[in-house]
Amino acid sequence: MLTLDKLKSTGKKATRDGFGAGLKAAGDANDKVVMLTADLRGSMKSEDFITTYPDRFIQCGISEANMMGVAAGLATAGKIPMTTTFANFSTGRVYDQIRQSIAYSDKNVKICASHAGLTLGEDGATHQILEDIGMMRMLPGMTVINPCDYNQTKAAVQAIAEYEGPVYLRFGRPSWPIFIPEDTKFEIGKALQLSEGTDVTIFATGHLVWKAVEAARQLEEEGISVELINIHTIKPLDEEAVIASAKKTGAVVTCEEHNMYGGLGSAIAECLSKHQPTRQEFVATKDTFGESGEAEELLEKYGLGTKDVVAAAKRLLGK
Amino acid sequence: MADIKELKKIAQQVRRDIIREVYGCQSGHPGGALGNADLLVALYFEVMKHDPSFNMEAEGEDAFFLSNGHISPVFYSVLARSGYFPVEELKTFRAIDSRLQGHPTTHEGLPGVRVASGSLGQGVSVACGMALAKKMSGDDRTVFVLTGDGEQQEGQIWEAALFAPDKKLDNLVLIVDDNGQQIDGSTKDVMYMGSFADKYKAFGWDVMKMNGNDMEEVVTTLKKCQTKRNGQPTCIVMQTEMGMGVDFMMGSHHWHGKAPSKEQAIDALGQLEETLGDFPAEEELVP
Repeated sequence: MLTLDKLKSTGKKATRDGFGAGLKAAGDANDKVVMLTADLRGSMKSEDFITTYPDRFIQCGISEANMMGVAAGLATAGKIPMTTTFANFSTGRVYDQIRQSIAYSDKNVKICASHAGLTLGEDGATHQILEDIGMMRMLPGMTVINPCDYNQTKAAVQAIAEYEGPVYLRFGRPSWPIFIPEDTKFEIGKALQLSEGTDVTIFATGHLVWKAVEAARQLEEEGISVELINIHTIKPLDEEAVIASAKKTGAVVTCEEHNMYGGLGSAIAECLSKHQPTRQEFVATKDTFGESGEAEELLEKYGLGTKDVVAAAKRLLGK
Repeated sequence: MADIKELKKIAQQVRRDIIREVYGCQSGHPGGALGNADLLVALYFEVMKHDPSFNMEAEGEDAFFLSNGHISPVFYSVLARSGYFPVEELKTFRAIDSRLQGHPTTHEGLPGVRVASGSLGQGVSVACGMALAKKMSGDDRTVFVLTGDGEQQEGQIWEAALFAPDKKLDNLVLIVDDNGQQIDGSTKDVMYMGSFADKYKAFGWDVMKMNGNDMEEVVTTLKKCQTKRNGQPTCIVMQTEMGMGVDFMMGSHHWHGKAPSKEQAIDALGQLEETLGDFPAEEELVP
């Protein structure tokens, strides 16, 4: 069982580095794993895989729609294709290709999407997709995963390679604290409890899990008992864990680097409104596009910082 | 040596099936389906190595992808007639609880379908993926993919047109059904596209032409492409007549996506003699 004390930052690396490491490991384990990219191999931190398995690397050029179709064809023939590009070009740009050729056709394609959310930074709103979890979550049969650090991303890539079915794996650009112990088992669809508490539950995904860890420490110092749960798999949601914790604390904060509509907050609200109606605060972007800036500045400006998580919890508790 | 007479007999029954499928549910796309009956019969009854017990991965087999999914009535008829599923099932076309959806899908587990199509422009990319997988696995069989000519207006087609020559997919055969018609009118009126042959040549494809309603020419041309391995993918620009086989459906876009009335269906079937036995329908059409 993890506790806040055990969640120490042991260094910093990007989740996309975790993707590269996980891809190499998945490729070592299964020669059916192939990687596709649309002119972004450098950004995907996958040189280790590409140089070890050059024949299993498919450069598609700047043609994301075609890449999704090619992946569907490779999967039809029994390969395990991992498409790689930025999250924006992995979803909105190719929604219909994913919908028809992958999701509806039930293809074993892994859509691996880097540079998601505001923390992409200086490139600005054209590239900072904040709607992708919502889009992917709406597709029947699509599994949606947003790991929170290097270690978890590395483990997630290996897990999705072994899982049969379409998956959307979302990760990011910035160097980020590594805090999930390396030996933590990654189970698709299973919530990861990071601390036990009784006053408020914080459900967090992706980069914001670290913010939630920092917030939980502050809240604990102020005498508020926090149950912190990492929802790395947003779909299928671990409803049992979500309901049990909401029942126990009666107050829920959701944290994500995504729009307040359609993402983790929505998924939790949908679940709880049906099974365990609970007051909820949403730490998410407020139906807005992003802008250029540094990752941390942007999180601060758009209300996704540690203090925003703390404030949300206190609002729920009337403090 | 192919028995062209026998193949023509099958194609005639397939054309009857198309009329009866579309009449039965009063919806669907008979025009392009009729125009492509010869091609699909040639592929499934003569050219392709394939196993109707159906292996999704098509290992050691030739594979066909229908990118213009709206001509599903011809695809379903040919799959049924070549043994992928019972011919009787054709009567469920577009009905509730059917595996024969309006546009083909893998979703209901219909044998013979490897990917959903309907939203246009996606099938060539998927076929590229399978052709590439065959290259990677040392499987020398051929992947065929059919698109409409109007479908060539989709941007994704041209992404795939760049991809296939770059990856030297000489085991890929793209057939463009050049019937000159799309749903809003003639392709010339809707969006002038110039010469497909010139375009594909410029993209690095080996281009061939054939009359898609001449069974002998279809069989000969497809067989030539099937064994050709010269580092280039093949594009066959195939002339067909939309509505081929039914006089009042030929030569215009009006029967692209419209079902015949009872009188029209009886008229059409009168022009297409039964050769292999009709599937049982709710309503038998007799003059």
